[in-house]
Amino acid sequence: MIAEIGLAFLWLAGALAIGQLFMGVLALRNGDGQGAAYASAIRPTAILQGLLVSLSFICLIWLFMVTDLSVKLVATHSHSLKPMLYKFAGSWGNHEGSMLLWVSIMAASGALVALLEKRISERMMIATLAGQAFVSIGFYAFILLSSNPFERLSPVPLEGNGLNPLLQDPGLSFHPPTLYFGYVGLSIAFSFAVGALITREVGPAFARAMRPWVLGAWIFLTLGITAGSYWAYYELGWGGWWFWDPVENASLMPWLAATALLHSVTVLASRGALKAWTVMLAVVAFSMSMVGTFLVRSGILTSVHAFAVDPERGTFILILLAVYIGGAMALFGLRANTVTEGAKFQIVSRETALVANNVLLMALLAIVLMGTLYPLVTEAMGEQVSVGPPYFNPVSAIFFVPMLIVMAVGPMLRWRKDSLQRVTTAMAISAMAAALALLALVIFAPDAGLLPSIGLVLAAGLAIASLYPLWKRNLRRTPLPTYGMVLAHLGVAVSLAGMATESAFTTERLVASQVGESHEVAGWTVTLEGIEPVAGPNWTALAARISAKSGGQVVMLEPQSRNFVKPFTNTSEAALHTQWFGGQLYAVLGEQAADGRWQLRLWWKPFVHFIWLGGLLIGFGGLLSLIGRLVQVRRRPVKAEAGQGSTDPAMA
Amino acid sequence: MMKAKHQRLILIMGAVIILVAASLLAIYALRNQASYFYTPSELTEKNVEVDRAIRLGGMVQLDSIKTANDGITVNFLVGDGEAIVPVSYRGITPDLFVEGSGVVAEGRLNADGVFVADNLLAKHDENYMPRELDGIDKTAIENSTSKSSMRGGQ
Repeated sequence: MIAEIGLAFLWLAGALAIGQLFMGVLALRNGDGQGAAYASAIRPTAILQGLLVSLSFICLIWLFMVTDLSVKLVATHSHSLKPMLYKFAGSWGNHEGSMLLWVSIMAASGALVALLEKRISERMMIATLAGQAFVSIGFYAFILLSSNPFERLSPVPLEGNGLNPLLQDPGLSFHPPTLYFGYVGLSIAFSFAVGALITREVGPAFARAMRPWVLGAWIFLTLGITAGSYWAYYELGWGGWWFWDPVENASLMPWLAATALLHSVTVLASRGALKAWTVMLAVVAFSMSMVGTFLVRSGILTSVHAFAVDPERGTFILILLAVYIGGAMALFGLRANTVTEGAKFQIVSRETALVANNVLLMALLAIVLMGTLYPLVTEAMGEQVSVGPPYFNPVSAIFFVPMLIVMAVGPMLRWRKDSLQRVTTAMAISAMAAALALLALVIFAPDAGLLPSIGLVLAAGLAIASLYPLWKRNLRRTPLPTYGMVLAHLGVAVSLAGMATESAFTTERLVASQVGESHEVAGWTVTLEGIEPVAGPNWTALAARISAKSGGQVVMLEPQSRNFVKPFTNTSEAALHTQWFGGQLYAVLGEQAADGRWQLRLWWKPFVHFIWLGGLLIGFGGLLSLIGRLVQVRRRPVKAEAGQGSTDPAMA
Repeated sequence: MMKAKHQRLILIMGAVIILVAASLLAIYALRNQASYFYTPSELTEKNVEVDRAIRLGGMVQLDSIKTANDGITVNFLVGDGEAIVPVSYRGITPDLFVEGSGVVAEGRLNADGVFVADNLLAKHDENYMPRELDGIDKTAIENSTSKSSMRGGQ
């Protein structure tokens, strides 16, 4: 019964979305008379739509929690013995459920816009909600016509199939929703851009309304990427933290676009400049989140052939992709000339630095996008290639390095007009930090490798430069968004330092060890004390007891080799020990050789945890900035029609 | 002071140049750096240069996995029913790396004709296959099973 109710809610929500689109169109077409009736109905419709689809998703969660095996999705992806957390998270750990989650987040966000947003004109609000309805109709159609999560199964099986053990991890349970919040936030930003284009109101008010959504999406994407990278690091047991895997790229590409959008929307909100550019970035960012969804959800990554064999879903998403991106680009092309010219600025100014940063981010995006799609294109033409770090690392570094330099200098510059002489001292101090890092590298680690060395030198310079906006300021009166910017930029430096030290100074030992035997890894004495069996709720494992000594300190590590019962799978669980000012000791248990020795893979990875600490700092910086913006809105409500060139004191 | 229109034009031109440069660079690098996928028979036929990063995919031949005395280096044979290539790998083999099952090895061919793998990709679970193995999967499995039945008969 619950399944049928959930499905009914979903159909109703879909119908409301269609209604919302038509109301929007009619309200904008007909003037005050008839149009007013439609206009007054569109907000409640959006709110009701959000409510209904959320209820539908709650129905699905319920079905998973009680393991209702008469529902096909539950039977194929769940199991009555699964821990409660994974029953809950299992509701979105599959294709149909994740699409329902996607559309729920989207409709709920639309409802929030309808409820809370008061700064934009009524016409723009109508156009925005109509645009949002247009995007969500495609997803409703996709779910209802080709991916119904509530489909019944007959006969009812006695037990479910279980969930892929690699996915049975608390961190990973919340990974997809985090990314979805990011993707959906960008779709809301896109709806605002559509609204502003249709009503020809691309200006600071539009930017201020869009900014929290971009910021929010960006924070979620940042945290999602950070968490995903850490998951791959400890769960896959290869000690790597970024594989340039298409699924990783699918989250990186929207992040790059969102980062660019985040910076340009700030310029538009506070300076009234970069109008057309901001709208275009909103279109690109949304397109990238669609490409990301397409890559992950269409099955095309498994194989182009598999995609061709079972084309229904993939084709559906591909059509959606074409309609949305094509439609958005067409609308932009048609209306770009109506976007009025923005406020002026000189070549040496913070605006120019932000434009440069934006362009370099777009270049990085192009490189990642081409590297991700290239294997798909060649495979379709009959040749198998794989594109990996030998392509991505050097090619992206060419654009990443100048971007970091712009990132260090940009925040030192004033808006509109500045001179490089004014900031010479500040630039010299950062350059000195970089030079010191270079000197230290030359003396202590001359063979660190080119890319890691560049990374460390730039990280040192950027870390110092990122603090500049706080220099000689009254720290109490410095607005939160400024702190946010400082923290986020510092986070990039911290993360970069972690990546560089890990790449340059990791020590690896691969040994076959008797029980009781000791091995040396980068100053640690690692001893295999014993191997013993362990049992979990739905797995059994062999666990190695390993002691690691360094100085007077002794720590125990317990890497496991796990066998899951349902579905039958073997995974290895790495064991980690973190030294906050040192790095991580990483141990993996392999197989037992015929002579009774156990394979152990041991790594000492100096400062590897800085990679994710940096990611968290970036996200936290975003959060501070978001809080600052929202508080600002509450303190001084901005009128719906803010004039052009109005300034935002917090950005000064 | 420069005219606003000129300035706008310069910015747009700069942006276009950087984006075009990025795309051209990407295309150039992709042609050179993409590592190609070979089956054992393609590898023997095509005379792949030594030390070029490539991927080799096929079935791990029955009775071929041998662990060297150091307990870490694994030598095995990968075949596709027509040709067989010796592979050497130092490290912990992935879960479900077993004889008679599919594997993709990343690495390079050395001067002795041995494929030295830096990385082995095997099946994560029974539903997952490295996508390169799509085409050769069936025939290779049939070959290795028919071999095993032959062995069984001996």
